[in-house]
Order: sequence, then C-alpha cells, then structure tokens
Amino acid sequence: MTLSLLQQLAAGNAWGSIRPELALGCLALALLVLDLVLPKRAPGAVAGVCLVGQLAVLADLLRHFYSAWLGQDTFNGLLRVTLAGQAMRVFLLLSSILVVLLARVTLARRTVPRIEFYHIILVVTAALMLLVQSNHFVMLFLALETVTVGFYILVSYFRSSTPSLEAGLKYLILGALSSALLLFGIALLYGVAGNPLLPGHAADAMRYGELAGFLAANPHNFLASVGIVLVLAGVAFKIGAFPFQIWIPDVYQGAPTPVTAFLAVASKGAGFAVLLGLTLRAFPAYGWLVTPVLTAMAMATILFGNFAALTQHNVKRLIGLSGVSHAGFLLLGVAAAPAAPLAVGAVYFYLLAYLLASFTVFGVMAHLAGPEDSDQELEHYAGLAKENPFLGGLLAVGLGSLAGIPPLAGFLGKFFVFVAAYQAGLRGPLLVAIAGVVVSIYYYFGWIKAAYFESWKANPGEDAAPPRTPVAPLLGIVLGVLALSTVVLGFYPGPLGHWLQW
Amino acid sequence: MHLPCNPLLLAIAAPLAVALAIALGLPKRWSVRLAYAGFAAPLLLALDVWWHFNAAPKADGYAYLARYSTGLDGLGIGLVLGVNGIALPLFVLAGIVGFAAGLYALQSAAERLKLYLMLLLVMQAGLMGIFASVDVFFLYFFHELALIPTFIMVGIWGGRDRNYAAMTMTIYLTVGAMLSLLGLIALYVKSGAHSFDLIALRSTLAAQPLGAVAQKHLFGLLLFGFGILVSLWPLHSWAPLGYGAAPSSAAMLHAGVLKKFGLYALIQVALPLLPAGAAPWGHALAVLAGFGNVLIIGLITIAQRDLKQMVGYSSVMHMGYAFLGLACGSALGVGGVVLLMVGHGLSVSLLFLLATSVHQRTRTFAMDEMGGLGRPAPVLAAFFVAATFASIGLPGFANFWGELTIFIALWSFSPWFTVLAVSGVVISAVYGLRAAARVFFGPPSEAFVLVTAQHPPADLSWGERAPALVLLAALLFIGLWPRSIARPLDGALPTSAAVAAAAPAADAAVRL
Repeated sequence: MTLSLLQQLAAGNAWGSIRPELALGCLALALLVLDLVLPKRAPGAVAGVCLVGQLAVLADLLRHFYSAWLGQDTFNGLLRVTLAGQAMRVFLLLSSILVVLLARVTLARRTVPRIEFYHIILVVTAALMLLVQSNHFVMLFLALETVTVGFYILVSYFRSSTPSLEAGLKYLILGALSSALLLFGIALLYGVAGNPLLPGHAADAMRYGELAGFLAANPHNFLASVGIVLVLAGVAFKIGAFPFQIWIPDVYQGAPTPVTAFLAVASKGAGFAVLLGLTLRAFPAYGWLVTPVLTAMAMATILFGNFAALTQHNVKRLIGLSGVSHAGFLLLGVAAAPAAPLAVGAVYFYLLAYLLASFTVFGVMAHLAGPEDSDQELEHYAGLAKENPFLGGLLAVGLGSLAGIPPLAGFLGKFFVFVAAYQAGLRGPLLVAIAGVVVSIYYYFGWIKAAYFESWKANPGEDAAPPRTPVAPLLGIVLGVLALSTVVLGFYPGPLGHWLQW
Repeated sequence: MHLPCNPLLLAIAAPLAVALAIALGLPKRWSVRLAYAGFAAPLLLALDVWWHFNAAPKADGYAYLARYSTGLDGLGIGLVLGVNGIALPLFVLAGIVGFAAGLYALQSAAERLKLYLMLLLVMQAGLMGIFASVDVFFLYFFHELALIPTFIMVGIWGGRDRNYAAMTMTIYLTVGAMLSLLGLIALYVKSGAHSFDLIALRSTLAAQPLGAVAQKHLFGLLLFGFGILVSLWPLHSWAPLGYGAAPSSAAMLHAGVLKKFGLYALIQVALPLLPAGAAPWGHALAVLAGFGNVLIIGLITIAQRDLKQMVGYSSVMHMGYAFLGLACGSALGVGGVVLLMVGHGLSVSLLFLLATSVHQRTRTFAMDEMGGLGRPAPVLAAFFVAATFASIGLPGFANFWGELTIFIALWSFSPWFTVLAVSGVVISAVYGLRAAARVFFGPPSEAFVLVTAQHPPADLSWGERAPALVLLAALLFIGLWPRSIARPLDGALPTSAAVAAAAPAADAAVRL
C-alpha cells in the first residue's frame, strides 16, 4: 500500500463532521478523570458536568444543523451526512440528556457508582449518533455493537437487584444472537455482491450505494435475499419487532428506569433510522421482498404488542409491550416508505412524538418507583391525580399521546403513518393497525383510570401510601416542557410540518 | 357587532383560553367567574353569527370563511373555518346547550369543581370547532377533542358503574372514530384532491366522481363508523349505559350536541362527496334504524324503570328517525334530519338536566320509588312535562318540524316505514307521559315519603331554572318560527339533479 493511497483515503476524513461524537467521547473520558479530582461529597456534580457538556454539544449541533457536508459521503463512504441523520442526532442527544436527568432521580435511591453510568450513557449516545449516519455495513456493525455492549452493562447496572441481573443476562444472550444473525446476513451479502462472476459485482460490497447497484443488476438472487432477510432480522431484534420481541418485557422491567427509557426511545429510534436507510438506500431493488417482510412484521408486531399489554399489571412491562406495538406502527410507516413519499416524514414525526410522550411517562415512573426499581405496579398509581396533580397531568398527557388521542402529538404521528400506509396501498395492515389502536385504548385508559378514578386503599399491614419522590424543580420544568410540547405539537406542528417536507 | 377577528375562531378559542387559565392554577373564585364568560362567549358569538348569516358574504356557501395555516399545508391540512346553512343551526345548538350545561355545572356543588369546569370548557371548544370546521381533518380533530373529556368526566364524576360505563363508552366510540378516520383517509387519498378542505374535495369529486363501487364501499365505511358514534342499532349499547352514568352536564353536552357529530359528518361530508354511495345502503339503513332504533329500542325504553336510563334509551330511539331521514336520500329528508338534530339536542339535554334535578330531590333514579313530586315542586313538574311534550314531537316545539319533515320525506321512500316511524311517536308518548305521571303525579311511594321526611324537597332553584329556561326558550322559539333555521338550511342542502326537485318541498313543509 503506497503512501499516496493512504493520503487519498485520509482526504475523505471529514473530522469536523463528527465533532459532536468526538466531543461526547472526550466528555466521557473527562468524567472518568473527574472521578479522581472531585470530592466524594458532591454526588450531583458529575451529573451536572455531564449535562452541561451535553447541552453544549447540542447547541453546537443545532448551530451547524445545515452542515457543510450535507448530502456528502465522508470517511470514504463509511458515513453519510443527511438531513434525516442530523435530525436523528438531535433526537438521540436530546434523549440522552433526558436520561441523565432521570438517572439523577433513580440512581439516588441505591448505592451504585455514578460516574461509570454517565460515562457509558455518553459513549452509547456517540455510537448511536454514528449508527444513524452509517452508510456502510462495517460502520453499521461497529456502531451497533458499541451500543449493544454499552447496554449490556446499563441494563444490569443495579447489581444487587436480581431482576436487573436477570434482565442483563437475557439481553446479553439475545443481543449476541441478533448480532450473529446480522453479521451472517452482512457476510452473505458481501460474499454474493463481491462475486466477480455475477453482473454488476461491487468493489466495496459493504457500501450501501454499491450494494444497491449490485442488487439492481441481480433482482432475484437467492443468497442476496437470504442475506437481506437476516439483516432485517438483526435490526428487528433491536427495535423489538415480532418475532424478535421476546426479550422486551423482562429487560424493560429489570433495567433501571432511565435505562429502560433509553432503550425504548433512543435505541429504538436509531433502529428505525437504520431500517429506513437500509430500505431506501441499500435494498431499493428488493422491494418485492422487503415490503412484504416488513408489512407482515408490522401486522404481527402491532397485534402481539397490544394484546400482550392488555394483561400486564407491572407498568414497566406494560410500557415495554406498548412500545412493541409502537414499533409495529413505525414498521408500517417504513414498509410504506418506498411507495409513499409521505412515509419518511411520518416515521420521523412519529418518533419525535414518541420521544416527548415516552419521556413524560418515564419521568412520572421514575418518581413513583420504590426502592426496588423493577417493582412498579399499576396499583401504585391509585390516587396519584388527587395527591400530586402535576404528575397526574403529566401522566395523562404522556399516555394520551402514546394512545394517539387528539389533540396530542401522538395522534398526528399515527395519522401521518396511516395516510402514508393508505397511499402505499397497505389497506389490510391498516385495518390491523386500527384494531391495534382500539385495543391499546383499553390498557392506556386503564393506567389513567388507576391514577384518576381510584384512590389508594391501604391493606392492613401495609404503609398508608406508596413511596413517592418529590419532583425536583429542574426536572419538573423539563417534564412540563415535554408535556406542553406534546400538546402544542398536536395543535400546531408549525415549522416542523414544513420541515418534514411531505 | 364588529369583531377584530373571526367570530368562529373566537368561539373556539375563548373556552380553551379559560380552560388553560384554570389549568395554570387560577384560584377557585376567579375560575368560577371566568368560566361564566367561557360558557357565555360561544353562545353570544353563535347568536351573532346566526343574526348576520343571511346578509354575510359567502364563498362556496360558507359565511365567515377563514383559513389559518398550522404547518401542514403540504398535506392539504389547514384550519379552515366557516359555517354554511347546515352547520349554522348546529353551531347555534352547540352554543345554547354548552351555555346551559355550563350554567348547570356552575351551580352544582361538584367535587374537584375546577377540573370539572376545565373539562367542560375543553369539550365546549371542541363542539364549537366541529360545526365551524370546513377542513375534514379538523372536523375529526375537534370531535375527538370534545370526546376525550366525556370519558374522563364519566370516570371521575359518574354515578353507578362509572368505571364500566366509561370503559365501554371509550372502546365503542374509539372503534367508531377509527373506522370513520379510515374512511376519511380513504376519501382523501382516492379523491386525489391532496386536500382535506371540504370545498376542494367537493370541487375535485364533482369534476371526477369516484366509481360507483368505490363510492358504495366508502359510504358504507363512513356510515358504520359514524353510525356507532350516533348509536345506530345494534351498536348502541354504550349510549344508555354511558348517559346513565355520566354527570348531568357531560350527558347534556354529549347527548345533546356531540352525538350529532356522526349525522352531521354524514350529511356534510359523505352525502355530497359520495352522492351515488348512499342509495345502495338506503334500505339496509332504514331496516336497522326503523326496526332497531325506533321499534326495538322504543319498546325497551318503555320497559325502563330508571329515569336517566330511560332518557338515554329515548335518545337512542330518536336517532332512529334521523337515520330514517338519511335513508330517504332526498333533500327533504336531510333537511328534516338537521331540524330534528337541533330539536332533539335541545330537548334531550333539558331532560337530562331535569332528571338530575329530580334525583337531587328524590335521591334515586328509580321511578317506582317516586311519585307526587309535582306538589312540592310544581315548576320542576311543568318543565319536565314541557320537555316530554317536546321530545314526543308535539307542535309548538322544535322537534315537531324535524319529525314531520322526515315523515313526509319517508312517504315517498316507503309508506311502510312511515307507518313504522309514526308508531314510534305513540311509543315515545307512552314512555314519556308514563314517566311524567310516575314521577310527579299520583300518590307518593313509600320510599319517597321516607326521603321527603328527611329532606323536604324544594322547587327548582334559580340556578337550575336559568339553564332550563334557556333550553325551553330555544325549543319554543324554533318550534314557533322554524324558518329562522330552515331558510339558511335551504340554500345548503345537497342539490344534485335527482333531489333538486324535492328541495323546495323542505321549505314548504316547514312553512306550513
């Protein structure tokens, strides 16, 4: 390999374009140093430093939102800077900030090391941000593995809690299985696309663009089809789509609440960005295969998620399974994406509404959890609205938006996805989705019912009321802003509506 | 009166603004005062719009037309406000019933009054929005905005079986709403208008109508989706249950106004956009409505022993007339439906109000445990008898014109169904008058004697009289001068070639 080749390769390295990820990495390292410097008596300081750093990165990212590299491949095609990618970076950074805020509430209840938690959150965030910009299977796999390994630790972070350890183990085993499926799929695609005997074989078969070119020249290759299905299966594991959703209830219940929120929002959101990228940029020629697979998966996911959530009493399992149904609605949007131009915007809008509503609900959950984080039952919500109208109101707005009730943002998200699905001619799946919405009303409404219609009745031998953490002013304001944005966005999507470019 | 901004927008925004102020922690005393303004503003604006409607400049039949962007123009969604002759009577109805329900709620000593008022105000804003929206998306949107508070109010302030009732109502109505949403999305995509604006949809579909089969399927979807919302038999069972449990103001607003949304959307959206879709469903609809809603539910209503359940069932029964009017497929029938909606909305909300006032005096809804209430409460008895007459459809009250017009239209559709529908009037006279007799006249029951010994019943207080008077006055005004709503209506009824001949008859019928 000559020097000039290396120089040529290095010329594509646009370090400026990944400044936010680099800054997050540096911040993560700085936190570890801070552990040695800071006095032990200031437990809040770490979270504070972490938050300030994240906010600075967010501000920088927003300032350079319309980046100079927009629409270009950087790092020799490993990454691609797109508007959707920029939006997802903001989305992921925003959710990591909210996770840090929630962690301050949840971590305070147990004696666990703090620094490492925030360190891993930052590393995972940076990896997620690279993941949504990936344009190459090597980048995809590397970023995905960094995220997954980080989550292995985060899920079992409460080492002394059995449910948390159990969740960590389950996530580890099933995560490894999904990575294996994904890798096998990538290997098959690489092998078949690099085969010089086939027409249009690719020089760098891992790159989305070249792979798409090869697939267009070989529209019915058997090995490529198997590879595509395996890759989709690998991603389906991460987003919790049927039939790869088995891990969700246990892991969501066992993981500390902020980690559950991070998994539910950031990890799932990034998964959908990846799925959209693969569907539209890597596999467009295999729409005959991808669309039916995604559609079938969407229908099964919606039905499974909603019906399984009906019988849950633990709110963490409930929100996990309701999250499965949301994955189904989003999959419907992705399945519609090749045929309906509205679908891409619809999926991103849905994700934003999902972020706002989910963190509102997780914020309430974090305050209502007792010393054992996995033990959060519906009964604990009895009388919440009377006792703490603020948290009650937050819960109603968050759950209402998740249920897709107008005038909240979640309704618009569902509405856009439905319109896109109809435009794409997916009418059968649309009927399934509508049945899913009706079923979901039952359990969301049951939760609101517990908080609003019932009052706490102490059983003999129990405490008078479940433990409730008072809301800190900063977190209170942030959660209030989230709920308010849900309402305003539902009434008036405003510039966001224009920006999503139907 | 000259307003700086669109009166329709103001009628929606005023109650919402008051609700927001209460939500942000206004003290209770000020909340109550401001709530009066929040309930009165829509009524005054609606009356103002009514007064100026005939002289107001109109575009495509809509007066006060205004467009506001909410950022979804790319999708063809915008807040387009305006009232045409069909929307106007219902817009006024929403203003009147909302004001009456608000007054009644303000004098009731409800627990958590601030939350109660807030939800009622949100509901009121949604109701005004429904009948002021020209955009189909916002039509649906405002309907849901008004519907959600109903569920919460039933759940928190409801009476017996409130949890079960709230859940049943929520699931039934969500099914109906989702089916109709699917129908509206299908209409949007298939029309190719790239707009939810009713005016644009109309002109696009007038130029290129959909195929007959597509029209039939779409109309069926909308008919059953909206039909659930209007308690079309056999999908009605949420209504008596929900109304039986709902607090009085919520029942007044839902039964009186919100339930009319389904019929309104069928008349305003489905009929003009899918003119060939209605005819194939006419007979099926007439059978469901005639035998189901009018006959079966009518007989069930006679069997009721619970006063509030009886009013709930009677409202399901009267919706049967409305569906029969739609089944005729003539402009005369549709005009009759609009008149009936207004009359029924006023009379049923008056009945719900009075039923609650009766309950406060007898401590029960069971009619067997009442009797002789007319002696200590003659004003209440007079109101109740008047409301019952109105609900039966006696001349002089608004309901009469609606029922009469529907019967006339029905004769040319099928004389047999006319006979069936007219027999329904006898049924409603039986249960209505029997209820009035059991509650107010005759010797008091033993249980009632016990109750009166402990709590001697007083007559209607002024706080209760005021909303009842508002409703009764509106019933009589429209009953004696139906042209006030029939004239705007005439100009807006669907005028396809087939029904144009029948249109002048609607005017003729109400001018009798």
